[in-house]
Amino acid sequence: MTDPLMPRRREVHPDPYWPDYKTSLTRSPNLPLLSMESTVSEETGPRFGHNMLGKLDNNLILNYTQGAAPAVGERIRVHGRVLDEAGRPVPHTLVEIWQANAGGRYRHIKDTYFAPLDPNFGGCGRTITDETGYYEFMTIRPGAYPWPNRANDWRPMHIHFSIFGHAFGQRLISQMYFEGDPLIDRCPIVATVRDRSQVDRLVAPLDMQNSRGMDYLAYKFDIVLRGSRQTMFENKPEGM
Amino acid sequence: MVQRLDTLVETPSQTAGPYVHIGCIPTFAGVEGIYPEDLGLSPIQEGAKGEVITITGSIYDGTGWAMRDAMVESWQADAAGIYPGQEGADPKVTGWCRFAADKDSGEFTLRTVKPGAVTNRDGKVMAPHISLWIVARGINIGLSTRIYFEDEDNSADPILARIEQRPRVHTLIAKKEGAGAYRFDIRLQGEGETVFLDL
Repeated sequence: MTDPLMPRRREVHPDPYWPDYKTSLTRSPNLPLLSMESTVSEETGPRFGHNMLGKLDNNLILNYTQGAAPAVGERIRVHGRVLDEAGRPVPHTLVEIWQANAGGRYRHIKDTYFAPLDPNFGGCGRTITDETGYYEFMTIRPGAYPWPNRANDWRPMHIHFSIFGHAFGQRLISQMYFEGDPLIDRCPIVATVRDRSQVDRLVAPLDMQNSRGMDYLAYKFDIVLRGSRQTMFENKPEGM
Repeated sequence: MVQRLDTLVETPSQTAGPYVHIGCIPTFAGVEGIYPEDLGLSPIQEGAKGEVITITGSIYDGTGWAMRDAMVESWQADAAGIYPGQEGADPKVTGWCRFAADKDSGEFTLRTVKPGAVTNRDGKVMAPHISLWIVARGINIGLSTRIYFEDEDNSADPILARIEQRPRVHTLIAKKEGAGAYRFDIRLQGEGETVFLDL
């Protein structure tokens, strides 16, 4: 038996239709979503085992060359916990990240920005949270970059996160920003989240206590997934 | 004053962006050598029980353009209607698949086994269906929908029953095109807009 998921609080999420983010105008439904309590189809989901991970999967500085040569850039550690709305840690769940290189360029056929590719940087990593929901990555600080939207729009430095949880209805993709980046307040994608206090939750603080002298700076980024409502007061199956 | 609630708030979504493939299906995106292979290449393994089917479709934006940059994930029960991880599930069905629209045609293909009807917590039976989750540049929070099948009895399905405008129901039903072959197109916006779910 699975437990129903807490309803998604759409007000903390971005507006699907956001005029300053032009691509969203033709990719957002006009009609309301059909809202109902979750079913077993949303309350179950894929599981991933630690044994699928390679040793360097969560080290973007080294994983593209399999350890042969490090990527160029400011060395950082990104770490935090995955929790659910009930405050429980989400253990053994897959966390995937992807990002631009230190110059703000993605290793992607569609990215034609002037900044050069780094031959030692692929741009993706993955890990699985431990018992306590904790994860960590080593990477380089991604560069900010311009993008085709309004005539002079720039993305703040960011890392994309994809998180699973244990139920398909918990599935989430988001972006982590960096404390102090002046481009955060100028970014129309950030602004799709209307509530400023919710935007703050996407900004990772510099975490000096978890940095290592002469080696790397740390940023802390906790993630909260939908929780499930556990109660003994459930309706009985029909006819019972 | 009252006591504080101790529930947390879900992290806000942000668009997956144009480069989601680098993170989720890097080999497909040409970033090779980091992982042995992309995750979720198939929801079934050799020997999965049930009818093997192929579902083909496109994802259209509000202008009618078949999107080239979307990524989709599917999740489904096995042929007996049991989800992976649940007691008695078919060990050859992983249930989860990741796929992208073709860069040239904008078409996707999902090869899987047809799921069985699923009994929900309340005892109601849901008609056979596959759950989909769609992300792309311009989609600010992933869109959820379901594939049902036109050659199944969908008349008592509790989700489909909740769709007030009955002509919209067909947007969730895959059309049979031949033995084991179905067509399922997704329209994000405008005429024939797919019903998206908030479950």
